[in-house]
Amino acid sequence: MDVQSRNLAELRHIKNMMERSSRFISLSGFSGISAGICALIGAWLAVQSIAVYVHEKTITADQLVAKLVLIAGSIFIAALICAFIFTYIRTRKQGIPMWSATTYRMLANLSIPLIAGGFFVLRLIVLKEYQLVAPACLIFYGLALTSVAKYTLGEIRYLGYFELLLGIVNLWIPGYSIIFWSIGFGVLHIIYGYIMWWKYERA
Amino acid sequence: MGNTIEHLNKTFDSRVRLGIMSTLMVNEEINFNTLKELVGVTDGNLASHLKALEDIQYIKVKKGFIGRKTNTNYMITKAGEKAFKIHVDALEKMIRGMN
Repeated sequence: MDVQSRNLAELRHIKNMMERSSRFISLSGFSGISAGICALIGAWLAVQSIAVYVHEKTITADQLVAKLVLIAGSIFIAALICAFIFTYIRTRKQGIPMWSATTYRMLANLSIPLIAGGFFVLRLIVLKEYQLVAPACLIFYGLALTSVAKYTLGEIRYLGYFELLLGIVNLWIPGYSIIFWSIGFGVLHIIYGYIMWWKYERA
Repeated sequence: MGNTIEHLNKTFDSRVRLGIMSTLMVNEEINFNTLKELVGVTDGNLASHLKALEDIQYIKVKKGFIGRKTNTNYMITKAGEKAFKIHVDALEKMIRGMN
């Protein structure tokens, strides 16, 4: 190796070590895609339940709300499990440990806005402020993503900005929450996941 | 270009030392096991490089306990930070200079 390429290799090594030690870089694009698909399935189930309530009146409003909360909770868990599996597979391929200081740092920064948002949304549901639920989900999730961008692949910041934008617009167009929610958690995740896969994982 | 080559630090000739310094530049402190995973070397190998860096005061050691197990953390010193920056600058300059 000549001096030139040796120096270049050294600099790459430095950059690589810095990234590996400070950011969790194994977040898989498939995690985003699968989370988006889960969200779309959830939105479809929600629309079905709402249709039953509106047209057939076989369930009460409170039962509908309980059902929607159950759907939301289940798809949240399903999306988390899928995201975890694909990211775990990716860490194996890259030979990077799944649980390291960078993982905990990423998860901590992601959870703080999400947990606060969770309480906020719970209170909105109890107060029957349903029209604010989807905007609050989108806004708190957007904040979580922008805050986590320092600790994982930086592009996630842009996903955060779009979630925030959708949430804010949804505040003023309250009748279309399910559409905003589906775009934010479904479509955007799939687009983001696909771009990340294309950029980093396409072998 | 002669001057630039002189700025390259012999201490950082080793990949392991370069790796240790790179990770310590971007983290307040790292413990031994994390460092071992990141750099990907054996305990003995890592320990000897850490000792060398500690001896010239590029890094400092903080020993503590988690429960009963010892937990050794490493941090970069001001001198280490300066030396590393000079080394990286020299590498960059050489690459630009030769193009």
